[in-house]
Amino acid sequence: MPTIAAKILSEKAGIGRAANAGEIVECEVDYVMVNDITGVPAFEVFQELGNANEMRTEKVVVIQDHYVPNKDVESAEQARALRSYARRYQIEDYYEIGRGGICHQVMIEEGFVAPGRLIIGADSHTCSYGALGAFSTGVGSTEAAAAMATGRLWFKVPETQKFVINGELRRYVMGKDIILHIIGEIGVSGSLYKAQEFYGTAIENLSLSDRITISNMAVEAGAKAGIIPPDEKVFDFLRGRVRGEYRAVYADGNEEDYEEVVEYDAAAIVPTVAKPFSPDNTVPASELDVLIDQAYLGSCTNGRIEDLRVAAELLKGRKVNPAVRMIVVPASEKVFQQAIEEGLITIFLEAGAFVCGPTCGACLGGHMGVLAQGERCISTTNRNFIGRMGHKDSEVYLANPAVVAASALNGRITDPTGF
Amino acid sequence: MRIWKFGDNVDTDQIIPADYLTTGDAKKLAAHAFAKVRPEFAKEVKQGDIIVAGENFGCGSSREHAPRALLGAGVRCVIAKSFARIFFRNSINIGLPLIEADVSDRIEEGDEIEIRFEDGVITNHTKRAEYQFTPLPEFMQRLLQSGGLINYIKRMK
Repeated sequence: MPTIAAKILSEKAGIGRAANAGEIVECEVDYVMVNDITGVPAFEVFQELGNANEMRTEKVVVIQDHYVPNKDVESAEQARALRSYARRYQIEDYYEIGRGGICHQVMIEEGFVAPGRLIIGADSHTCSYGALGAFSTGVGSTEAAAAMATGRLWFKVPETQKFVINGELRRYVMGKDIILHIIGEIGVSGSLYKAQEFYGTAIENLSLSDRITISNMAVEAGAKAGIIPPDEKVFDFLRGRVRGEYRAVYADGNEEDYEEVVEYDAAAIVPTVAKPFSPDNTVPASELDVLIDQAYLGSCTNGRIEDLRVAAELLKGRKVNPAVRMIVVPASEKVFQQAIEEGLITIFLEAGAFVCGPTCGACLGGHMGVLAQGERCISTTNRNFIGRMGHKDSEVYLANPAVVAASALNGRITDPTGF
Repeated sequence: MRIWKFGDNVDTDQIIPADYLTTGDAKKLAAHAFAKVRPEFAKEVKQGDIIVAGENFGCGSSREHAPRALLGAGVRCVIAKSFARIFFRNSINIGLPLIEADVSDRIEEGDEIEIRFEDGVITNHTKRAEYQFTPLPEFMQRLLQSGGLINYIKRMK
């Protein structure tokens, strides 16, 4: 079973052989990440374990990102509790607001993520790090606590599906469209209990940012991990950034090692939208004629500098439709800073968009852009479940940054190809 | 005992909306379980009730608050055709029993059912029928019997 997932898990289990799919192995994890929602319950559970357990603080990363800046007294109390746990246990890798950003972007930017590593996070989009050749997956607070205490966690070695995307992508077709297209084909349970690996010339030609979008949404098909074999783009990104040593892990390249191999023609993928209330409810953007109230550009899925550049290119010198509120949220303080330096923030402001610092807020319906009853939002985020961004009768349409920008200008969902 | 039926792909945003994620306390979370999609649930659910659902129950966010809310509401177990993997692990880890069985078409709300976890048998007294399921692996049954991962680790010491 020498897929990347099986190899990393086998190596981290130290069993000296390749584990088989279905086998349960206990692995040493490289990092455990928690945020302001999942972190406090994790520390509480850790305390329940009693004094006998020292915390493996060198593996723990704590990031305030979901309800930041705090949305109400309860979330402020929760953030304070997390802050005080981080102090009590002397967590060095603690990211306060203003000095970090959305957890997955921070994990990648700050060099925690590298090829061959095994990283768990108490957030389902932890699978994002597969784009750098790591095995990373979301866990609950209790498991995070167990790993904080022992540095280890059990895993069932998953079967792996191989997705091969060859050919050239059309203009304004991005990583988001590739993953929405795949989820639309296989469904939201199409990868349940499995790992995904992505290959092909279209993947090789993608920016790291677009690859992160693909791995980020692996979980929306139920996958445990979404892994892309690391190449020079990854190694270049990590130079001068990565913490410690790393070793890239590759699959053996035998098709029979995979549960299935599915091929796609990149040229046939169009700007794609997932309609409410499921990420697999996909249609070409060009087939929709839907009026929108809000356009959201941001999140761990599509809040990177590359995403902001694409949207700014469309918005430059134009105005957001008067009926639309556009919200732009860079994924981290570093992305924010770079967007200022490149003049992108000025473009957004001049177009009439609202811009704020990094937060998960609106993506999960917390704050900073929740929807009223009946409102519709075109969004670069990852989920369009019932009531995800606000009222239970509001609607979220998922799309890439170019579709969001074009739709913001037109006031209705728009394929950017004609711009 | 009451059966609460749900469809496919019940996500954790439905089980516990993000609005209420400012506590990890099971009882407090239980007061808002299914608040957006089924507001009567939190008011009417009783200790020992059972949830019966279709595919991919618990998909989406990794929030352990979801199984905690169900445990706090007194839900005895969730029976579904399949579970999202993070929800599955979270549930076992906090001591909420799950049964993977394709019985959603054969159990109605109002049916009286009995579950024998070790034998892998659901008896539907109303319909006078029995359904088999594969019991959880022994390791997970031990976790559940201990009351979850933390109690299990404590016992191992």
